Amino acid sequence: MSRKPYHREVPKAGWVFDHPRYMRYMAREFTCLFIGGYTLLLVVGIGRLAAGRADYEAFLEALGSPLGIAFHVLALGFAIYHSVTWFNLTPKALPVQIGEDFMPDKVIAGAHYAVWAVLSLGILFLSGAF
Amino acid sequence: MAKSNKPLVWGPFAAGGTITAFVTPVLILLTLLAALGHAPDLLAFDRLHAFASNWFAKLAIVGVVFLSLWSAAHRLRITCYDLGVRADTLVATVLYIVAIVATIATAIYLWGI
Amino acid sequence: MNEREIELEVLRYDPEVDEKPRFQRYKVPCKSDWVVLDALNHVKAEQDPTLSYRWSCHMAVCGSCGMMVNGEPKLACKAFLRNYTGVIRVEPLAHFPIERDLVTVIDDFMDKLKRVRPYLIPKEEKSLAAGEYRQTPAELKKYKQYTQCINCMLCYAACPEYGLIPKFIGPAAITLAHRYNQDSRDGGREQRQEEIATSEGVWECSFAGACSEVCPEHVDPASALQQVKIESTIDWYRDHLMPWLKK
Repeated sequence: MSRKPYHREVPKAGWVFDHPRYMRYMAREFTCLFIGGYTLLLVVGIGRLAAGRADYEAFLEALGSPLGIAFHVLALGFAIYHSVTWFNLTPKALPVQIGEDFMPDKVIAGAHYAVWAVLSLGILFLSGAF
Repeated sequence: MAKSNKPLVWGPFAAGGTITAFVTPVLILLTLLAALGHAPDLLAFDRLHAFASNWFAKLAIVGVVFLSLWSAAHRLRITCYDLGVRADTLVATVLYIVAIVATIATAIYLWGI
Repeated sequence: MNEREIELEVLRYDPEVDEKPRFQRYKVPCKSDWVVLDALNHVKAEQDPTLSYRWSCHMAVCGSCGMMVNGEPKLACKAFLRNYTGVIRVEPLAHFPIERDLVTVIDDFMDKLKRVRPYLIPKEEKSLAAGEYRQTPAELKKYKQYTQCINCMLCYAACPEYGLIPKFIGPAAITLAHRYNQDSRDGGREQRQEEIATSEGVWECSFAGACSEVCPEHVDPASALQQVKIESTIDWYRDHLMPWLKK
């Protein structure tokens, strides 16, 4: 009997559309475009801050353009998706064994969410957002 | 098989992923408020300038910028590979250099404040 | 018990005759509590004895009957017909070469299993007279979850990285290495790190998490791989920044 194993091709990028779980994975990975893009925007802003009042205030005004607002809304959505997926996966990477049992995932993730909420509200308050 | 040097780039990626998870959404909210015409007090030129004059703040800003850009660069590198771009070394070099250059630019800007 | 006629669309491949695989349909009268494996067994017994596939225990402990059911990696003995409507497509486990029909070539996985040294390597030689290794319940619980792997390879079929990079050692093998690394009786971590802390080891993983989603035994290989990454990263920084520290 002769063997002739058949090798099935994996589509180079098309595999992402094979199953919802791969789409969710790619959505999570794509958050890096918005987080990276936004951080580069911050870098530009810092540059304008260093350049002086006029440049900085022009920068703030440009943020208010329809494109600027649209980018912010998209970036916010993707950034939150990154945070949620990151916090939910943290207990998997950093299990905590107390005595015999492991801390439930919900507790570890929950603690992260709590810190996230407190930190965010704190920063908003200290910046005078409300 | 030799052990990989991936940890060198993965460590900052993990740190940056954690920092961006905690901090990026609220930062976006701050500038979104500014974009909508309700800029928080801190984003007014005088207050932000004063804030950025502080050396501790400068260090924190450079640190957050570096780690945020590095983790985005690393993730984008992996994504390019996942989507069939096989020139991994080239992609990695370009992306990490962008992160480093932008960080240096930030440091230079802050030096002048 | 209710009867139900279902239609299977099964991938066929005869290496002595076919240039490439083709699909063949079978109509099968089934009981309502049957699984896909029962339907396949019926086909082989009553309709087409040439159909080839692996199976053994029929109770999700042997790991033999892994295959793609409607594009999802499943154990055929754990894929209940009542959860499917319409034609059910059955294919060999993804990311493995096809030997014949639903039988895959699993040599690659077998090699990788061996490479990770999936057995206890004692810290020091201990004679029988010295007595048994003692382990507290806490020490057992530390690795117990990762002992549940039945080597069914569903995780390899689900892993997008393994699909793209066949030299990736993969979820099950690395999880098994982690199982022994976490065992208090073991002293072989350094040896296993030489295999899994490599570019074709854990560093090929991008934490897609598909492996854990399809694992029928809830081993959660993705968690094991992330833990290996973190430990390997701490090792790396310690070795490179403080080389004078001896482990």
